[in-house]
Amino acid sequence: MALLEVENLQTHFRTPDGGVNRAVDGLTFSVEAGETVAIVGESGCGKSVTSMSILRLIPEPPGQLAGSIRFEGRDLLKLSEREMRDIRGNEISMIFQEPMTSLNPVLSIGQQIGEALRLHQGLSKSQAEAKAVEMLTLVGIPAPAKRVKEYPHQLSGGMRQRVMIAIALACNPKLLIADEPTTALDVTIQAQILDLMRDLKHRVGAAIVLITHDLGVVAEVAERVIVMYAGRKVEEARVEELFRAPKHPYTQGLLGAVPKLGSSLDGTTERLAEIPGLVPSLKQKIQGCVFASRCPHATELCREVPPALEEKAPRHVAACHYAVKEAVAA
Amino acid sequence: MFAYIVRRVLATIPVMAIVALFVFSLLYIAPGDPAAVIAGDQATPADVERIRASLGLDRPFLVRFGEWVFRILRGDLGVSIFTNLPVTRMIAQRIEPTLSLMVVTLFLAITIAVPLGVVAAWKAGSWIDRGVMAFAVLGFSVPVFVVGYLLAYFFALELDWFPVQGYTPFAQGVGPWLSNLVLPAVALGGVYIALIARITRATMLEVLQQDYIRTARAKGAGQGTMLFVHALKNAAVPIVTVIGIGVALLIGGAVVTESVFAIPGLGRLTVDAILRRDYPVIQGVILLFSFVYVLVNLLIDLSYTLFDPRIRY
Repeated sequence: MALLEVENLQTHFRTPDGGVNRAVDGLTFSVEAGETVAIVGESGCGKSVTSMSILRLIPEPPGQLAGSIRFEGRDLLKLSEREMRDIRGNEISMIFQEPMTSLNPVLSIGQQIGEALRLHQGLSKSQAEAKAVEMLTLVGIPAPAKRVKEYPHQLSGGMRQRVMIAIALACNPKLLIADEPTTALDVTIQAQILDLMRDLKHRVGAAIVLITHDLGVVAEVAERVIVMYAGRKVEEARVEELFRAPKHPYTQGLLGAVPKLGSSLDGTTERLAEIPGLVPSLKQKIQGCVFASRCPHATELCREVPPALEEKAPRHVAACHYAVKEAVAA
Repeated sequence: MFAYIVRRVLATIPVMAIVALFVFSLLYIAPGDPAAVIAGDQATPADVERIRASLGLDRPFLVRFGEWVFRILRGDLGVSIFTNLPVTRMIAQRIEPTLSLMVVTLFLAITIAVPLGVVAAWKAGSWIDRGVMAFAVLGFSVPVFVVGYLLAYFFALELDWFPVQGYTPFAQGVGPWLSNLVLPAVALGGVYIALIARITRATMLEVLQQDYIRTARAKGAGQGTMLFVHALKNAAVPIVTVIGIGVALLIGGAVVTESVFAIPGLGRLTVDAILRRDYPVIQGVILLFSFVYVLVNLLIDLSYTLFDPRIRY
C-alpha cells in the first residue's frame, strides 16, 4: 500500500453564473513513503488545486470534491473536519508559494512554529519555543534563539521560506506538499531552498509532493514526475525516463520550451519552441483528447475519442493515441 | 517609544489651544447677553452694565482670553454664573455617573460588537451575517432617545428587571450601580455597537482572504484559533481606531441618554448650563470632553504597537 493513493479525484467549482469549473477531473496517482513526486504543468492545469484538495483546504462550497484520497489507507474525503485537523500540519503538511504573505505578520516566528507543536503534540509554551529554536537551527537560520522572538517582516524572503519549511516539518510529517516553494524566490535562494529540502528529506524521511512548473527544479529534486494538463494526468514516468523520452506531445512541448544554456552563443539563433494556443476552458466537458486543440499531431480520432492512460514503456504511462509504444512486455 | 509619547503629548497642546480659543469665543459668537440673563427681566441698563463689569465682559477679547487660559492652567475653571459654585467642583460632583456610563457602554459595546463582527465575517453571506448587518443598520438609524424610552418601557416598567431611571453611586455596591446603568448603556451603545461590528466584519473579511490564514488552516488550527488568534489580531488596528473615534459618539450620546434616564451626570449639567447660558460651566465641560477625547485617541495610537509589531514609535 502506498502512502498516498489519489484515485479519480475530481475537484469542481461552481461558478457564479451557474456553471461548473472542472479544475481537477479524474486524477489518479500515488506516492510511496519517502518518495519525491513532482506534479508539473502550466498555470491553471489544476496542480495547486490538487495539493489543496489533498489537505481539504478547498472551501466547500463553491468547491466540491469527489473520488478518493487515501492516506495510509484512510480516505481523507470521508473524515470529519475535526479528524482532518489532526492530520493537517501533523501527518501531512504544506509549504506555499508566497513566503512573503504566508506567514502571519503579527505573530512571532516562535509562536508560528510552535503552534503546530502545541496543537498536535501538546507541548507547553516553553517546550514549543525550545523546539522552535531547534527547527530554526535545522533549516539553517543563524542566531535561532534571537530569530525565534522576531516577526516575519524582520526576515528576508529566503529566510521566511525556511521558516515555512520549519513550520511544515515541526511535527515530522509523513508527507510534505510543496506548492511552488521556490517560485517567488530569486535564483540563488531557490538553489539554497532546494538543497535544504533535499537535505531535510533524507534526514526526516518524509515523502514530498512537489508542485511546480519549473522543469529545472523537477530534474534536480524529483524521482517521479506527473505531467498535468487541463485537470488531468497526461503522462507519468520516472524523472530520467521522462526527460530522456517524453511520450506525450504536451510533455515534449514543455521540454522543448526550456531554454538551453549557451544556445544564443553557438550561432544557431533559433526561436525558443512554444506550445501554440491556450489551455482550454474547464467549464465545458472536453470531448476527445484534452490537448487536441493545441497538438501538432492531432487527428479526427483525437478530437473524438479521449485517449486512455496507457503504459507506453515500463513504468511510463501517457494518454496519447499516437505515442510510440516501446516493448512493454520485455 | 518614550520620545514618541512625549512628542504626542506635546502635540496635544496646539489642539487643546484651538479648542480653548473656540470654547472661549462661544461667549462672543452665541446669541444672548449673559449679563442681561443674570440681571433678570426687571433690571435697569445700569444693573446690566454693573454685572457685565463684574464678569469682566467689558474688557478686550485677547486680554480676557489670556487671563482665562492662565486660570485654567492653574486648575481654575471659574465660577458658575448661576450657582456661584466653582465649575471644577460642579464637574467633580457630576463626573462619576457620566464616566460610569461611558465605561460600561464601552465595555458592553466592545464585548458585543467584536464577536458579532467576527462571526458575521466568518459566516459571510449567511443569515447570521445578514442578521448582524440588519441589526447594525437599525443601530445606526434609531436615535438614542427612542431606544432609551422603548428599553425603559419594556425592561423597567413592564418587566421590572431594571430601575426606570436614576443613578446609584459605585460606592453603594456594584450590583445597584450596574443595574441602573444597563439600560442607558444599551441605549447609548446601539450606534457604537453598529459601528464597531461593521468595521470588524469588513476588516475580518479582508484578513480571512490572506495567505497566512490558509497557512494556519494547513497547520491544523481550529476555527476559533484561526478567527480570534490569527485573524482578529491582524484586524485589530482599524477596529481599535474606530473604537477611539467612536468615543466622540459616546460623549454626544451621553448628553441625551442622561436626560432620558435622569442620570445626574455631566450631560445633564451641560444641557442645564446651555439653557441658562451659564458660560463658565459650558466652557469647562467642553474643555474636559475635548481633553478626554484627545487623551483616549493618544492611548489608541499607542495601543497599535501591542497589536502590530511592524508599528514602532
